[in-house]
Amino acid sequence: MTLSAHVEPAISFRDLTLGYDRHPAVHHIDVEVVRGELLAIVGPNGAGKSTLLKGIMGELKPLGGSLKLDGLNKRDIAYLPQQIEIDRSFPISVFDCVAMGLWRKIGAWRGLDERGKRDVARALATVGLVDLASRPVGALSGGQFQRVLFARLLLQDASLILLDEPFRAVDTKTIADLIALILHWHGEGRTVLAALHDLDQVRAHFPTTLLIAREVVAWGETHKVLTPANLAKARQLVEAFDEHAEICARDEGEGRQERRPA
Amino acid sequence: MIDPVTQPFVEFAFMRRALVGCLALSLGAPPIGVFLMLRRMSLMGDAMSHAILPGAAIGYLLAGLSLFAMSLGGFAAGLAVALAAGLVARSTVLREDASLAAFYLVSLALGVLIVSVRGSNVDLLHVLFGTVLALDDAALYLVASITTVSLAVLAVIYRPLVLECFDPHFLRSASALSSPTHLMFLVLVVLNLVSGFQALGTLMAVGIMLLPAVTARFWAEDVSGLILVAVGSAFAASLTGLLVSYYANVPTGPAIILLCGISYLFSLLFGLKSGLIWGLLPRKHLEA
Repeated sequence: MTLSAHVEPAISFRDLTLGYDRHPAVHHIDVEVVRGELLAIVGPNGAGKSTLLKGIMGELKPLGGSLKLDGLNKRDIAYLPQQIEIDRSFPISVFDCVAMGLWRKIGAWRGLDERGKRDVARALATVGLVDLASRPVGALSGGQFQRVLFARLLLQDASLILLDEPFRAVDTKTIADLIALILHWHGEGRTVLAALHDLDQVRAHFPTTLLIAREVVAWGETHKVLTPANLAKARQLVEAFDEHAEICARDEGEGRQERRPA
Repeated sequence: MIDPVTQPFVEFAFMRRALVGCLALSLGAPPIGVFLMLRRMSLMGDAMSHAILPGAAIGYLLAGLSLFAMSLGGFAAGLAVALAAGLVARSTVLREDASLAAFYLVSLALGVLIVSVRGSNVDLLHVLFGTVLALDDAALYLVASITTVSLAVLAVIYRPLVLECFDPHFLRSASALSSPTHLMFLVLVVLNLVSGFQALGTLMAVGIMLLPAVTARFWAEDVSGLILVAVGSAFAASLTGLLVSYYANVPTGPAIILLCGISYLFSLLFGLKSGLIWGLLPRKHLEA
């Protein structure tokens, strides 16, 4: 169990509320993620999984509470969003696309040296796309393109990796390969947070799980979190987005309960 | 050796000036057009070319046919519209195309109003359709300087700009260069339009920017290839356009743009990358 008190947290959420136009998507989150943790974030649609990851990326300002990234700045985070704005018809080769992952090393102006090229080739080999290196990205299938994005993540060499539904529309063989890659990252001591919906995948590969439904339902070791009771509770908790919602009562001086890991 | 191709340029200084001006323009503007196309902002070039009109008109009214005043005015007006549109797009629900349309229409109306109230229609035509055969030294220096600056800046922002077109989310998450890159690019668009309007007029400046770029899409498969093909086809259209206008005694600006248009139509049909003709031919598919 990685949640022991003496380990420094990599990310700490303190009573964190995130949302859009004052309507919270997730609220009052009190969770700590320790360095090297492999954490699955699960919950029904609309539970706030993507919102939480966006909050970590700094794309959303907290509506309340705080979010601390201990010693990590934006450049240490690699993020695979769910809604990718990538223009797949853009005339760029698979190789060049993956090479973008080296941005931290080469930035906007430095050239790609021999070592960089070898690194790109190795990343392509890891995801099994060596043969397609010179193809334009528009020629790839959905699963192949997801492998390209993982190769790029690989080169980003980030200590915190955020994956938002990384296995959508991907076949089982590809999922198995990508999960192997995630476990490899975990083995290297990187912190990985993945928003997922397939509970069997989570049970099989993720040591810890955060179950949310606009608030924390359960958090801790996966087998203690993903119980039928917790899952039923999560389904009930996802209320409709209320246009005329009152100001959240929990902010009005009501004593909050400390939520502890399961 | 004097043949039909070189004779007009050997004989007439104004033809040599026009050629130099058009070639400089063909070096600077098409690469900008390539990025406009890749960002799906092709029509923005058109809108911006209208937006620079009131600035140029005000410059004209204040200083007469002063190159410097008209260019500066055009640049200021174009940049103001581009920045206002960008600002509105980033801070309200309006998308960039909609807010740009709003600003450029206002700007165009203002420009036409200023020109017609104070000048004659001949002046308006002059501003709108350019004077490629009457480029003086100052105009040549201006066009050449803008091309030089444009290529240098493009080289500096090339990588972030490619990323901004391909995967803006990634650029935003990896570096702080997203907004500065977008801003520099807008400045380049306006600069090249101002440069083009010296030679071809506001309405056609955008033609030399975009037609070669969309032509190139049928021949090249990566960004650097697109830029090379676009510049090459703009060179060819400029040279032939000048010759056609010389021998057939037709206006030069429209001749150049029409030749760009012809090479676009040719590429649309016969281009190696997804030219229409290949879809009609029965060809066996490859092994892999």
